[in-house]
Amino acid sequence: MTYIQSPHLKAVPEDYKSAPNSTQLPAYIDLQSVSLTIQNKTIFEPLSLPIYKHHINTLIGPSGCGKSSIINCITRLTDYINTAKVHGSLFVNDQNIFEKNTDLIGLRRNVGMIFQKPLPFPMSIRKNFELPLKEHGIKSADERIDKMENALRDVGLWSEVANRLNKSALQLSGGQQQRLCIARVLALQPKALLLDEPCSALDPIATRIIEELIQELKKRYTILIVTHNLSQAKRIADYVAFMWYNDNHGKLVEHNHSNIIFNNPSNPITAAYVQGLTE
Amino acid sequence: MIPLPTNNNVSDKLLKVASWLGSLLILFFFIALITDVIVHGISRIDIDFFLNSPENAGRLGGIAPMLLSTMLLLVLCLIFALPIGIGSAIYLAEYTNSHHWFVKLIRKSLNVLASVPSIVMGLFGYAFFVITLDFGFSILSGALTLSVMVLPLLIRNIEDSLRNISKEFRHNAFALGLSKTTTIFKVLLPMATQGIILATILSIARAMAETAALLYTSGYVTRMPESVFDSGRSLSVHIFDLSMNVPGGEPSAYASTLTLILLLLSINIITQYLSHIFLNRASSL
Repeated sequence: MTYIQSPHLKAVPEDYKSAPNSTQLPAYIDLQSVSLTIQNKTIFEPLSLPIYKHHINTLIGPSGCGKSSIINCITRLTDYINTAKVHGSLFVNDQNIFEKNTDLIGLRRNVGMIFQKPLPFPMSIRKNFELPLKEHGIKSADERIDKMENALRDVGLWSEVANRLNKSALQLSGGQQQRLCIARVLALQPKALLLDEPCSALDPIATRIIEELIQELKKRYTILIVTHNLSQAKRIADYVAFMWYNDNHGKLVEHNHSNIIFNNPSNPITAAYVQGLTE
Repeated sequence: MIPLPTNNNVSDKLLKVASWLGSLLILFFFIALITDVIVHGISRIDIDFFLNSPENAGRLGGIAPMLLSTMLLLVLCLIFALPIGIGSAIYLAEYTNSHHWFVKLIRKSLNVLASVPSIVMGLFGYAFFVITLDFGFSILSGALTLSVMVLPLLIRNIEDSLRNISKEFRHNAFALGLSKTTTIFKVLLPMATQGIILATILSIARAMAETAALLYTSGYVTRMPESVFDSGRSLSVHIFDLSMNVPGGEPSAYASTLTLILLLLSINIITQYLSHIFLNRASSL
């Protein structure tokens, strides 16, 4: 994607406020001046962004503006990139997870992550659940099976796989695999779900099923979805954060309620970007 | 219907013919070799050939002690080489950055080690295992030398099969809160099983074909080995001895060669079959 320098970029109104009507909402995840550099190159500039409890929060913007990197910061998957450095504070349930003594296993149990490409482990459906559940200290086999069944029911997959739990998870269709991956995360009973373009590898029918599922899940979980599918964001989002890039750095341009972002954004770049939808 | 354009490019056709001829040539050599061995060797082979000890320097009798020595050498070699090989491969693939100078140095050394002539390996085995560690001419010394020889091959192949697993699997595992140990042993190694088995088969083939390195280390005594500290003659050494030092030993040499090829083939087939069963079971447990 080529970025054409826009004269509007610096013309952010002085009185622009990030999310005027939502400051009272509790945030399960709260980014405060978080930025990321890899090999001393800035991936995204310091940004502050609350992820509201029991809402569908979405991150939109063009490819390469750092949306997925934000998600990787929240689960600290950035730890596995040698040259990555994070700055600022990132609070999950009021704990700054950038601190050194953070319990990563606990963090990842509370904050589940779904990737773009559904990737069940190449083992049976049952084993796909047993492995993480065992790792999180659930010793009783009955309890593990209960959790698996509940999670599979939550994603509407139970009736489809109940009689083939011992078959390889790779035999499922793409949409089923993505629901399996969501269920695998739900079985750990997280508080928040981060979904990184969860439908981009799926057909429209599977996408609709996942979207309905996410609507259902927001009652119990805090949800953050990265998507570059604007119509999807419009369909399901409660709050939208719009990112753009500035000198090859990702940058948060505007964060507000979905209605405002799509109908009356305060930043001209946001307006131009979301209008791409209707053209 | 519009006919598809026909391809009249001469160089395309030449390349096709040349590659076809090349494949044919290879097939010809393979068939010639196998036929030669079967024609000359089959008459000597019967059940007694596998069960008896050699007589008259191997002109008569069987190859039972060599079979046992060969199997002992192989099993011991794998017992030493596999854990070290898998461990090093895990270290290289999972704990190091492939661009780091130290890793590059290890890689370079492995490539050099892999191309060291086996006679040099044999001398090293003789100096180190036979003399310095005082294991003497024994199956143990031979097996240790063989494992040093196959390690580079084993490590590089297993490392490659680990590196070929998409990074996304690791991210999925870490995001689910799996520790690095669990990720490696429960997710990545099972996925690399096919590669590990292939590397093992290659190592077995290399070890079974080895002659030079064993002359110096496990010796060429033809009696039945009673322990791994006994000297023992491998099949390949037996073939070498029969064809070079024993006038009139050719029929036995051919028969032993045929046995060696059959042994390799059957190990290959059995390993593939077992791994197939194992993988099917693992993916549905």
